[in-house]
Amino acid sequence: MTTRSSSPLRGIDRRSFCKLLGGGIVVLVTARPAELFAQQRRRGYPEDLNAYLRIDENGRVTIFSGKIEMGQGVQTSLAQMAAEELGVGLDSVNMVMGDTDLCPWDQGTHGSMSTRFFGPAVRAAAAEARTVLMNLAAQKLGTPRGKLVVDNGVVSNGSQKVTYGELAKGKRIARLVDEKAVLRSVGEFKLIGTAPKRLDGREKVSGRAKYAGDVRLPGMLYARLLRPPVHGATRKSLDTSKAKELPGVTVVEKGDLVAVLHADPERAAAALKLVKAEWEKPAAAFDTESVHDYLVKNAGEGEAHVSRGNVASVIDGGSARVIRSTFRTGYLAHAPIEPHSAVAEWKDGRLTAWIGTQGPFQARTRIAETLGLDEKSVRVITPFVGGGFGGKSPAPQGVEAAQLAQMTGKPVMVMFTRGEEFFFDTFGPAAVVKINSAIDGAGKITAWDYHVYAAGERSAEPPYDIANVSLKSYAARNSATGARIHPFATGPWRAPGAGTNVFARESQIDIMAAAAKVDPLEFRLRNTSDPQLIRALKTVADAFGWKPGAGPSGQGRAIACSIDAGTYCAMAAEVAVDRKTGAINVKRVVAAQDMGLVINPVGAKMQMEGCITMGQGYVLSEELNFRGGDILDRNFDTYELPRFAGVPRIETLLIANERLAPQGGGEPAIVPVGAVIANAVFDATGVRMFRLPMTPARVLAAMKA
Amino acid sequence: MRKSIKFTLNGRPVALDTDDGRTLLWVLRTDLDLTGTKYGCGEGICGACTVAVDGTAVRSCQTSLAAIENKKVVTIEGLEHGGNLHPLQQAFIDQGGFQCGYCTSGMLMNAWALLQKQPHPSHAAIVDEMNSNLCRCGAHQRIVAAIEQASKSGGAR
Ligand code: FES
Ligand code: FES
Repeated sequence: MTTRSSSPLRGIDRRSFCKLLGGGIVVLVTARPAELFAQQRRRGYPEDLNAYLRIDENGRVTIFSGKIEMGQGVQTSLAQMAAEELGVGLDSVNMVMGDTDLCPWDQGTHGSMSTRFFGPAVRAAAAEARTVLMNLAAQKLGTPRGKLVVDNGVVSNGSQKVTYGELAKGKRIARLVDEKAVLRSVGEFKLIGTAPKRLDGREKVSGRAKYAGDVRLPGMLYARLLRPPVHGATRKSLDTSKAKELPGVTVVEKGDLVAVLHADPERAAAALKLVKAEWEKPAAAFDTESVHDYLVKNAGEGEAHVSRGNVASVIDGGSARVIRSTFRTGYLAHAPIEPHSAVAEWKDGRLTAWIGTQGPFQARTRIAETLGLDEKSVRVITPFVGGGFGGKSPAPQGVEAAQLAQMTGKPVMVMFTRGEEFFFDTFGPAAVVKINSAIDGAGKITAWDYHVYAAGERSAEPPYDIANVSLKSYAARNSATGARIHPFATGPWRAPGAGTNVFARESQIDIMAAAAKVDPLEFRLRNTSDPQLIRALKTVADAFGWKPGAGPSGQGRAIACSIDAGTYCAMAAEVAVDRKTGAINVKRVVAAQDMGLVINPVGAKMQMEGCITMGQGYVLSEELNFRGGDILDRNFDTYELPRFAGVPRIETLLIANERLAPQGGGEPAIVPVGAVIANAVFDATGVRMFRLPMTPARVLAAMKA
Repeated sequence: MRKSIKFTLNGRPVALDTDDGRTLLWVLRTDLDLTGTKYGCGEGICGACTVAVDGTAVRSCQTSLAAIENKKVVTIEGLEHGGNLHPLQQAFIDQGGFQCGYCTSGMLMNAWALLQKQPHPSHAAIVDEMNSNLCRCGAHQRIVAAIEQASKSGGAR
């Protein structure tokens, strides 16, 4: 494919690697795209290595990666890529992930980036290792490299054989790959594109898989921390005397950190109930329903991301048909079933923490800063993570456990209660999108004036051919003071902001199609010339059995599409709406995705299904209820996740596009879910929903209006 | 009240000398070191803590030790026999009925208890029975397929 240049290990901290080396062959990679990581390189790890792998004397391959496994299947897909390039079976590959002592520095696992950006590094390392091994085999067998074949870690020249383990034996070879390696081509693939059983399967179905909360250390104490009743509250008084009277309880008070610890987590919880504190609460500026007006009123100038042609002249010109809409979405909780958990141990001046986090290296930095330690004195180990979706990039529980371990000298577990999990989440932000758009008599979009508040501009750019476009994004900051508007922490929520932007855009497209009395699929095709998008739309329409007709057709079916993380997704859905209750029954969702080369098709489909299922939540039922800093939803009884009965029949299609490098897979299919269901509700009832989630009460209200 | 509490855990007799008001979930996870049973919500809503008591699925976060005295408790760790996965566990692997795996123990135990009572449940019965267990990763469709596979390949064992 491309030329390679590799060099013997040079210019890096040899000592740390020689230690790890033992015997065998180690390949280190400065990952491509190096630019992506450039700003975050070093951090206690030599240079900007992003991956390395080792082949030991038994022929076993170990990949060391700073990425973490949180359900997205990356443990398996990375192993698959390495095994493919090396020419070994998947069962000879071990994965070591998210351990800051053993793995190269990493920016964190998020943004559908593991396969897209980290995958190439792993493949390059494995390809380089194969070259080294083949050269050794050529020497050993006295056969030119070109005449050798490798199968399952055994190199053969037809008559003689030698295994990778034998070749690695007694060797201490370290290589550094600093440019693109020669990768196997699509036609040579044996493992890429197949769906082997996941490496984590057996552990996960047997209860043996370890998450941070499952770590047990001798003498470990379970901590419970005093929490404010609302965000922004200040403590006026504190009385821990009653808690101290309980046998076996340790009480820690240090500034804002007030904790009770006990060897039995239930005793710790009981002790916390005895801690008395009074708080002063700030006044609430807005709540679940008034947040949107507040966001728009207080937003500043906004940042122009696209500015093409002359939008104003078309919109205000009076000749085009102009449609003006405002869309609103609420705050979203990540709500992984595993709450934030961590165990920390302070021993011999060194802090070791097992943390359920998407960012082990970022957690290490925060712990080192908080404890006043050198980063070298902190080790973060990431066991399996029980779901993240963006919410476990921050790991405050790790810092708390570390502080308490240092103060008490005992190993300490901090496992958030579900109430804490809801309180301290970094919620996906409530947002507003305003669109003014124009169509001409031929059903062509002529102008697109787009304003997004608080969601950011991810996936906002319309994939349609529009001459006049303005796209502005407004941060959730007070224009006068620059202060944050959100009353609590917000952060990325699976495909951050993209779901909001595409809900708004693809709804507006549907509104225009209906206004033009054009079939919504036809309307999209008429307005785009992007071949990938056209193919995705046609593929999904075919699989769905699309029956043309302008909306509302009464069929309750609809279509929507998006481009996110490099991946194209077209989605069709069928719904029925109960006119008495307003309840939406999503019967069927069909999705076609073009994500370039697919490493593991079943893994990719599982992510799509997961996205579509999780999508039912933010579209139909999920929204954080709050009043100012007071979080009103503290458990799953009022914050309603999708359940079995609400999951539609899901069909997923992967569009073959092997020439394109792998694109994102963990997020794209959640992006069009809001629009496709809102559009289907319109097609069923003629009623347009501008607000997510589309709860029965909101649907009823819209039908009455 | 502190007393000696006896019950059967995964086929073996257990005797604990402790407060019988303690919660089964935490006793399993601490004293007995069985961490396969998970905490998800602590209020009986999510099902991550599901275990079987005398063959019926219960939420161990809502179950006191007193309530299981002299009963048979089965946890996720008790499904394997002689190093072999239960057909239901195998079906979860075959069908991909998990992602992060955190809800999986509870899903398996809930499904196991269902198959004990009803070895060949209809699709609707599966959905109905599993509806009170939450999965955030969205593995639902494959979990149902796994239960159907296990039911076909012999159901309860
Ligand atoms: S932890 Fe018991 S039901 Fe959620
Ligand atoms: S597999 Fe992650 S919660 Fe179900």
